[in-house]
Amino acid sequence: MPSSRTVGLVVNGESRSLDVEPRTLLVHALRDGLGLTGAHIGCDTSQCGACTVLVDGRAVKSCTMLAVQAEDVEVTTIEGFAPDGVQHPIQRAFVEQHGLQCGFCTPGMILTASDLLSREPDPDDATIRRALKGNFCRCTGYQSIVDSVRTAAAALREGDAA
Amino acid sequence: MIPAAVEHVRPETLDEALDALTDPEAKALAGGQSLLPVMKLRIVRPSVLVDIGRLGLGGVQLGDNELRVGALATWDTLESAPELKRPSFAAIAECAAEIGDVQVRNRGTLGGSVAHADPASDMPAVVLALGAEVVLRDARAERKLSAEKFFLGPFTTALAPGELITEVVFPLVEGSGSAYAKVEHPASGFALAGAAAHVTPDGKRSVAVTGVGAHPFLLPADADPLDALTEAEIYGDRFAPTEYRRHLAGVVVRRALDRARENMEKAA
Repeated sequence: MPSSRTVGLVVNGESRSLDVEPRTLLVHALRDGLGLTGAHIGCDTSQCGACTVLVDGRAVKSCTMLAVQAEDVEVTTIEGFAPDGVQHPIQRAFVEQHGLQCGFCTPGMILTASDLLSREPDPDDATIRRALKGNFCRCTGYQSIVDSVRTAAAALREGDAA
Repeated sequence: MIPAAVEHVRPETLDEALDALTDPEAKALAGGQSLLPVMKLRIVRPSVLVDIGRLGLGGVQLGDNELRVGALATWDTLESAPELKRPSFAAIAECAAEIGDVQVRNRGTLGGSVAHADPASDMPAVVLALGAEVVLRDARAERKLSAEKFFLGPFTTALAPGELITEVVFPLVEGSGSAYAKVEHPASGFALAGAAAHVTPDGKRSVAVTGVGAHPFLLPADADPLDALTEAEIYGDRFAPTEYRRHLAGVVVRRALDRARENMEKAA
């Protein structure tokens, strides 16, 4: 029986150590081990994107990565986006543009949008839709999410403090 | 879903990794975008995961006669690599950009996909059409195998126990053009039919299809590709019965050939 071992994770800028089995998925380590429940488990089959987190700034489905693979890399969850309770410009844009209804998909949407906007500060709608292909929303019909990302892009370009 | 219990080792060097892979129950873990889903379903239950993710095998190198792509190159890397702007290799970048979604492209690797050999995965068609060779190493030796001899069946390849794909080598044909086209299943994103085409200035063409058979395969070089498809053994299921899939294959073959020729003209 493989034993658990201690892994060092850097989550939201903070070094944390955690006992995990090698088979432990990153999403379970974050939720059950560290109490960061913003990464949601929707489909559990790498499709819905609700568990998306950033790994070294890039969007990754945390249900399809082992916690041991995240050893010593930078992981950012939605909790890291508003560390002092001040909303990130992407979060603010989702509020302003009604980019959520039930909110289940929202952490994943915001983190995927963050990956996109770090590469493309001024994406057109087709680029936004392509970037969000791996994030499912069953409430909004996506239009208001696309509006939110476009609004967030404009806010970030204008130097809105991140 | 949680995978069955497994050990995890992360070797520091390729030699250490090859040594760890001599265990017949071991499996190499690259980006995990194919392996972890099947482990979660417990279709695959290795006793040890040999985590090769940090071995630095992800480079893209363009030489005088060939392009060498490291097994750990991610789709995200290939989508934007400047070396793949060259029309001869455009199919690689086009194909990488069509795979899965951004989260999968950030982690998924060329070597992982080629080793997994899903019969509907995209990149194997490109590897075949461009006449690439797969470089395989085990603890004792290295060998090169043409892509045509590598893909044997659904999730079945010529990879021997203990072997690891270290890179894929694409020959450079001056002035050629390539392209990839697919019609994807709207939910899974996998190819219902995908085609990669490579055309050269002296009129040669090479076309491979994926998603339509037990494994991706090359269409015969000496026949019209659309005629060849009428003879080919085509897979059918509830999403796309055989005759519809054959039709789709014809559509994507035409699109890939047209775009490969356009890309070749850009090269001229």
